[in-house]
Amino acid sequence: MWSFLVLSVAVLGVVTLLTRPLGAYLTAVFSGERSARSRLIAPLERIVYRLCRITPDHEMDWAGYVSSLIVFNAVSGALLYGLIRLQGYLPLNQSGVAGQDALTAFNTVVSFVTNTNWQAYSGESGASTLSQMTGLTWQNFISAATGIAVMVALTRGMARSKTRHIGNAWVDITRAVLYVLLPISLALSLVFVAQGAIQNLGAGTVITTLESDTQTIPGGPVASQEAIKVLGTNGGGYFGANSAHPFENPTPLTNALQVIAMLAIPAGLTNMFGRFVGDHRQGWTLFAAMLILFCLSLTGMYVAERAGNPVLEQAGAAQHAYSGSASGNMEGKETRLGVGDSVLYATSTTAVSCGAVVAAHDSLTPLAGGLAMLNIMLGEVVFGGVGVGLAGMFLFALLAVFIAGLMVGRTPEYLGKKIGSREIQLTILAVLAVSGTVLIGAGTAALTPSALDALLGSGPHGLSEMLYAFASGAGNNGSAFGGLDAATPFYAAAIGIAMLLGRYLFIIPVLGIAGSFAQKKAAEESAGTFPTHGALFVTLLVGTVLIVGALTFFPALSLGPILEHFLMQAGTVL
Amino acid sequence: MDTVRAAIPGALRKLDPRVQVRNPVMFVVEVGSVVASAYFIYALLTGSGPAAFLGQISVWLWFTLVFANMAEALAEGRGKAQADTLRKTRTETVANLLKGGSVTQIAASRLRKGDVVVVEAGETIPGDGEVMEGIASVDESAITGESAPVIRESGGDRSAVTGGTRVLSDRIVVCITSNPGETFIDRMIALVEGASRRKTPNEIALSILLSGLTMLFILVVVSLQAFATYSAAQVSVPVLIALLVCLIPTTIGGLLSAIGIAGMNRLVRHNVLAMSGRAVEAAGDVDTLLLDKTGTITFGNRQAAEFRPLAGVTASELADAAQLASLPDETPEGRSIVVLAKHLGFRDRDLGEDVEFVPFSAQTRMSGIDYHGERIRKGAADAVTAWTRELGATVPDDLAAEVEAVAALGGTPLVVVRNTRILGVIYLKDIVKGGISERFEQLRTMGIRTVMITGDNPLTASVIAGEAGVDDYLAEATPEAKLELIRREQSGGRLVAMIGDGTNDAPALAQADVGVAMNTGTAAAKEAGNMVDLDSNPTKLIEIVEIGKQLLMTRGALTTFSIANDVAKYFAIIPALFAGAYPALGVLDVMALHSPQSAVLSAVIFNALIIIALVPLALRGVRYRPLGAAKLLRRNLLVYGAGGLMAPFLGIKIIDLIVTGLGWV
Amino acid sequence: MKSRIAIAIRLSLVTLLLVGVVYPLAVTGIAALIFPDQARGSLVTTADGAVVGSALIGQEFTSDQYFHSRPSQGGYDGTASGPSNLGPLSRDLRAAVSERVRAVRELEDLAPAVPVPADLVCASASGLDPHISPEAAALQAPRVAVARNMRVEEVMRLVEAHTEPATFGFLGQKRVNVLLLNIALDDAAQPR
Repeated sequence: MWSFLVLSVAVLGVVTLLTRPLGAYLTAVFSGERSARSRLIAPLERIVYRLCRITPDHEMDWAGYVSSLIVFNAVSGALLYGLIRLQGYLPLNQSGVAGQDALTAFNTVVSFVTNTNWQAYSGESGASTLSQMTGLTWQNFISAATGIAVMVALTRGMARSKTRHIGNAWVDITRAVLYVLLPISLALSLVFVAQGAIQNLGAGTVITTLESDTQTIPGGPVASQEAIKVLGTNGGGYFGANSAHPFENPTPLTNALQVIAMLAIPAGLTNMFGRFVGDHRQGWTLFAAMLILFCLSLTGMYVAERAGNPVLEQAGAAQHAYSGSASGNMEGKETRLGVGDSVLYATSTTAVSCGAVVAAHDSLTPLAGGLAMLNIMLGEVVFGGVGVGLAGMFLFALLAVFIAGLMVGRTPEYLGKKIGSREIQLTILAVLAVSGTVLIGAGTAALTPSALDALLGSGPHGLSEMLYAFASGAGNNGSAFGGLDAATPFYAAAIGIAMLLGRYLFIIPVLGIAGSFAQKKAAEESAGTFPTHGALFVTLLVGTVLIVGALTFFPALSLGPILEHFLMQAGTVL
Repeated sequence: MDTVRAAIPGALRKLDPRVQVRNPVMFVVEVGSVVASAYFIYALLTGSGPAAFLGQISVWLWFTLVFANMAEALAEGRGKAQADTLRKTRTETVANLLKGGSVTQIAASRLRKGDVVVVEAGETIPGDGEVMEGIASVDESAITGESAPVIRESGGDRSAVTGGTRVLSDRIVVCITSNPGETFIDRMIALVEGASRRKTPNEIALSILLSGLTMLFILVVVSLQAFATYSAAQVSVPVLIALLVCLIPTTIGGLLSAIGIAGMNRLVRHNVLAMSGRAVEAAGDVDTLLLDKTGTITFGNRQAAEFRPLAGVTASELADAAQLASLPDETPEGRSIVVLAKHLGFRDRDLGEDVEFVPFSAQTRMSGIDYHGERIRKGAADAVTAWTRELGATVPDDLAAEVEAVAALGGTPLVVVRNTRILGVIYLKDIVKGGISERFEQLRTMGIRTVMITGDNPLTASVIAGEAGVDDYLAEATPEAKLELIRREQSGGRLVAMIGDGTNDAPALAQADVGVAMNTGTAAAKEAGNMVDLDSNPTKLIEIVEIGKQLLMTRGALTTFSIANDVAKYFAIIPALFAGAYPALGVLDVMALHSPQSAVLSAVIFNALIIIALVPLALRGVRYRPLGAAKLLRRNLLVYGAGGLMAPFLGIKIIDLIVTGLGWV
Repeated sequence: MKSRIAIAIRLSLVTLLLVGVVYPLAVTGIAALIFPDQARGSLVTTADGAVVGSALIGQEFTSDQYFHSRPSQGGYDGTASGPSNLGPLSRDLRAAVSERVRAVRELEDLAPAVPVPADLVCASASGLDPHISPEAAALQAPRVAVARNMRVEEVMRLVEAHTEPATFGFLGQKRVNVLLLNIALDDAAQPR
C-alpha cells in the first residue's frame, strides 16, 4: 500500500516535473525557434527537406494539412504492407517467418499506421526481424509523429487568428521525429539495454537448461523498438507477452521508466498548448483534469486488484495471507512487478492509448479490467495518445464550454474563439465516430457466431472481451483482453476497420476545427468571459468526460464488467 | 389558465410529423410513440403481453410530445395578442398619391417604394417613409404605446414616419420607403408571432449538439439490445423506446424553440424590436457599450451655474451678452442661461426687429445672435477662439485658465464673445443620474466595458466619466471618431453595442454588433441598426444586454439539466431491464423502485412531467444576476448541474411511490 | 496532389532509412560496445562454462532438488511468451489453480493451515517469469533441503542471498531469481 503510494507519487511527480521543460522544448521545436535546433540535428533536418523536396516555409490550410497526413500514412502503409507480405523472402528472417496473409497483413498495417499496434499476429512467430526492426519500428516513429503533428496544428489553429494556415505537415512530422522522438528513444533504449533488454540481430541462442531441456533464448533488436513503443504510445510488443516479457521490460526500474515515457509527451503537449495560446494556465488546466482522471482510475484499479479474486481464494491461492507478489490477483502478473507496479502500468497504458501491457488484462479482476476499458472508452483523453489524446481532451473542453458556457450568458468561447455550429458539428462527428464504432462493432460481434467462437471467456467476460477489443481498436489503444482470438477473419477485418474509423474520423474533424478556429478572431478576456482555467473548470471538464463516457457506455459495461463483478462477489464461476 | 387552454389546439396540431421532423429530438420521440402504440394495440388485440403497461408507456410518450408542443404554443400565444393589436392599425387606409402634381387616392396596400403621398391632419400615414416636406405632430401610440405626440419634420434626425401612425396636426409630404408586406408594422407582427423566426447561430449549434446526442443514444440503445441478446436478457422494444426517450435530451429539445420565442417576446415587452434573433444573441456577448452622455449618464439638460468673467470684464457685462446670445435659444441650456442672467437683473428684454438668430451647428459649434450690427456668440472654447482669431483679434491669456477651471469642475465651459472681445465663460453644470455608477459597476462585474460618448472637451468628459464611473470616454466625439472607436474595439475582438438616432449615426450603428436605433430617429438610422427602441430611451441598451444574456443562460441551464438527468435514469432503468435475468444487478437499483415495470414507467413519467415543470422557467428565463462569469457559472452549475443530477433520483422515486400506490402497475 | 504523393513517398523512404535502419543499427552497435552482456540476453554460464540460460528468462524445474518456477502458459518456451488470458471467473482458471494448489500442498507437504502463495500457483504474464516471491521460495526450502541433504537453514541462507529487494524500496517487489538460486544450490553441492 505505502510502496504503491510512493511509487505513484514518484512516477506522476516526475511526469509533472518533466511537463514544463518538455513543453518549452516542444514549443521551441514546433514554432521553429532557432534555439531549439541543436547543431547536431539542424543539418539533418535540412538534408531531409532537400532529399524530400519539402519547402519548409510553405504553410498549408487545414485541408492541405490533413490530406498530406493521410497521403503520407497511406503511402507508408502500402510500403509496410509489401514488407510484411514478403518478409518470408526478405533478409534478416532467421526464424523463417512466412509472409502474413492478406487479411492479417491489412490488420497489422492499419494497426501500426494508426498508432494502435493491435497485434493479430504474435511477435515471435508473425513478424521477421526485418519487419520488426525496419517496418514496425519505423511506423512507431511516424505514426506517433503524425499524432503530434495533429496536435501541433490544432494548437496553431487556436493560437492564430484570421488565417487559413495551420502549418506544414511535412515539417511538423520531420521535426517530431528528429527533435523529439529520435533523440529520446536513443537515450531510452540504451537505458533499457543497460537494465537487461536485448539488442542484437541474432536469431537467439539455444541453450540446455539445468534440467537438460533445451530452451531458445530469443534475440532481436528489442530495446530500440521498446523505447519508441512507449515514447510514441504505440504499444506493439516485440514479443507476444509485450512488456511483461523480461527482455522488453526487465526490471521494476524500466517499468517505471516506461510509464514515465508513455505519459511524458502527452503531458508535455498540454504545456506546449498553453504556451502557444499565450496562457500557461490553459495547459495546466487540461493537465490537471487528466491527472485527476488518471488518479481516479489508478486508485479504483488498485483497490479492485488489491482486494484479489475470490475465485482464486476458493481455489486455494492465498489472496491476503502474504504481502507483495505472494498475494493478490497474481494470475497474469510478473513477480518482479506484483499488483502495484502492474496496475500503474495498466492504468497508464490504457489512459495513454499505448496498449503495451505488463499484465494480462484479460485476467484482471472485473472492475480493474472494466476501468482499463473505461479509460479507453472515455476517448483516451487521460493524457491519451501522443497528440491525439490532448486533441480529444480539447474536444471535451469544447463540449464543456459549449454546454455550461451558455450558463454565463454569452455565446460560448474557448480561448477567445467563439464556438459555432461548425465546430460543434465536427466535435460531434469525432465523438460519434469513435463511440459509435465501439458500440456498433461490439454489438455486431455479439450477434455474430464466428465472433463468439473466437472468445475465450463466456458470459459477461466474453462481452468484456468484445467490448475491449473494439474500444481498443477504435480508440487506437492496441491492448487487448488477450483471450479473444484477434487473428480470426471477423476480428482481423472488423478491428482493422474500427482502427481506421477511430483514427481518421477523429483526425479529420480535429484538423477541420483547427482550420475553422484559425480563421476566427480571438476575443479579449474579461470578467464576463467563461473562465477555462482553475479548479471550477477542471471539475467541469472532468465531469463532462465522465458523464459523456458513462452515458455512452454504462449500459454495455453493466452487462460486462459490472455484472461480472457482482457475480464474482457472489463467488460464481463461469 | 386561459392561455394554457388556448395553447392546446396548437400543441396538438404540432404533432404533425412534418412539423416535428424539424426538431430531430422530438421527431425521435414521435416515432417512438407510434411504435410503442402499435405494440400496445397489438397486445390489446391479441391479449398477449402486458397491455396495461404498454398502454401507459405509450400515453406518457405522447404526453412528452404534447408537453413540448405546449411550451412552444404557449410562447407563441403570448406574441399573438400583441400581433392582433398591431394588425388593427393595418386596416385598409387610403393614400393620397402625389403624381405629376396631382393627387389620386389609392389603397395603401398598393403603395410601392418611391411613391410620394400627402398626409393631412387626422389621416393615417399609409406606409413607412421619410418626410420630404413640412412638419407635423404625429401620434405613434399604436406602435410605441406612448400617448404623447411626437414631431416629425423634413430634413434632420426626425424625418422618419411609420405606417399606421396618425398625423395630428399640419400636413406632410412623405416618400414611401417600403413595399407592402415589408413595412415596419408587418415586420413587427411577424416578429412577435414568431412566424418569421429563424434559428439563431447559437441555437443552430445547440440543435446540432442535441441531434448528435440523440444519434449517440440511438446507437447506445440499439447496441444494448445486441449485448442483451448475447447475455440472454433481451429487452422488449417498447421498453427500449422508453429508455431511448428518457436518454435523449427531450427537456431542452422540447423547450428550445419556446426559449427563443420567449426571449424575443421579452424584448418586445421592453418595447424593443430586434430585426433578427442573431442580434439578441449578440447582445448577450457585448463587451463594450457605447453610451451617449446626454440622456443616459446625465440628465439631458445642463444648467448654467455661474458666469465667470475674464479680467477687465464685469459680471454684468458677461451676463448681458450671455443672455442676449441665448434669448432665441430654446434648448434647456439656453433657457437656463437666460434664467441665471435674470437673477443678476436682466429681465424682460425685448430684442425688437433688427435681430438674426444664428443656430448651433455641428460645424461651427457655436450659436448666438446678430443684433444691431453686433455679433454675439457663445460656444465651445476652441470654436470661439478659432473664430476670434479668424477675425484678427487676440484671445485673452486668462481664458484658458477659466475654461480649464470649469472643465475641472466637470462642467461644460461655454465661452461668450461679443464681436471680437471674449468676455468670459459660462459654467454649465452637468447632473449625473442617480444610481448610474452602481449600474456601471454591475456591468463591469459582468465583464462589460462602458464608454461614454460626448461632444464635451476631454477635461470635462473625464470629470463626468469619473463621477459616473464609466471605464472610458470619447470626448469631442464626431461621427467619424465614433466609427473609429467601434472599429478599434472590434479589432481587439470585442463586441460593441451602441444606441443612436441621427443619420450621421448610421455608419456607426451599422458597424456596431448591436446597433439600437431610437424610434424617433431617422429612417437611415433604423435601417442601419439591428434593433429599434420604441421608447427611444438610451438606457435601454443595458436591458437589451441582460435579455440577451438571459436567453443564452436559459438554454445552457436547461441543456445542462437535461443531460445531468440521464445519470439517474440509468440507475432507474438499467437494473429494471436486467435484474430479471441477473439478480446480481439489482444492487444498482439505488432508488429501490417497486418493480421493473414501475421503474420504467416512473422514469418516462418523470421525463414528460419535467418538461411541463420547466415551461415557466423557459418562458420567463433563468433569473439574471449581474455577477462575474466565474460566480455565475459556479452558481448555475450547482443549481442546474448538480441539481440536474439529484432531482430525478427524488422525482422518480416519488413517482414510483405514487404509481404503485395508485395501482397502475 | 501529385507533388503531395511524391513528397510522401520520398519522406517515407527517408524516414524508413533513418529510423528503421540507421536508428536500430546504431543502438545495436552502441549496445554491443558498452552493454554486450545485456544486449545478448544476460546469458548465465555455470562454473564449468556451459551456458545454462538467461538470468532474465525463467526455466521449468521439476526435480525435487530445485526450486520450482511459477506456472507458465507456454511451458517456458522462449519462442511462445504470453499469459493464460483466463478471465477472473473462469472455471478453467479455478480448476487449474486448484490442481496446482493440490500439487504444491502434496509436494511440499503443507499443513492445511499454511496458505499457498498466489504467485506459485498462478500463471505469469510473460510465461517466462524468472522470479518467485520469497514466500514461495521459503515454502519450497524444506523440500529442497531434504532432497539435497542440506540443512534448511543453509538453503534459506542461499534464498536470502538471492532475494532482490524492491528497487529504491518502492519500485517493484521482493523476488528470488529461481535459475540463479538453483545454480547456487548446485554450486554449493560441488565438492570443493
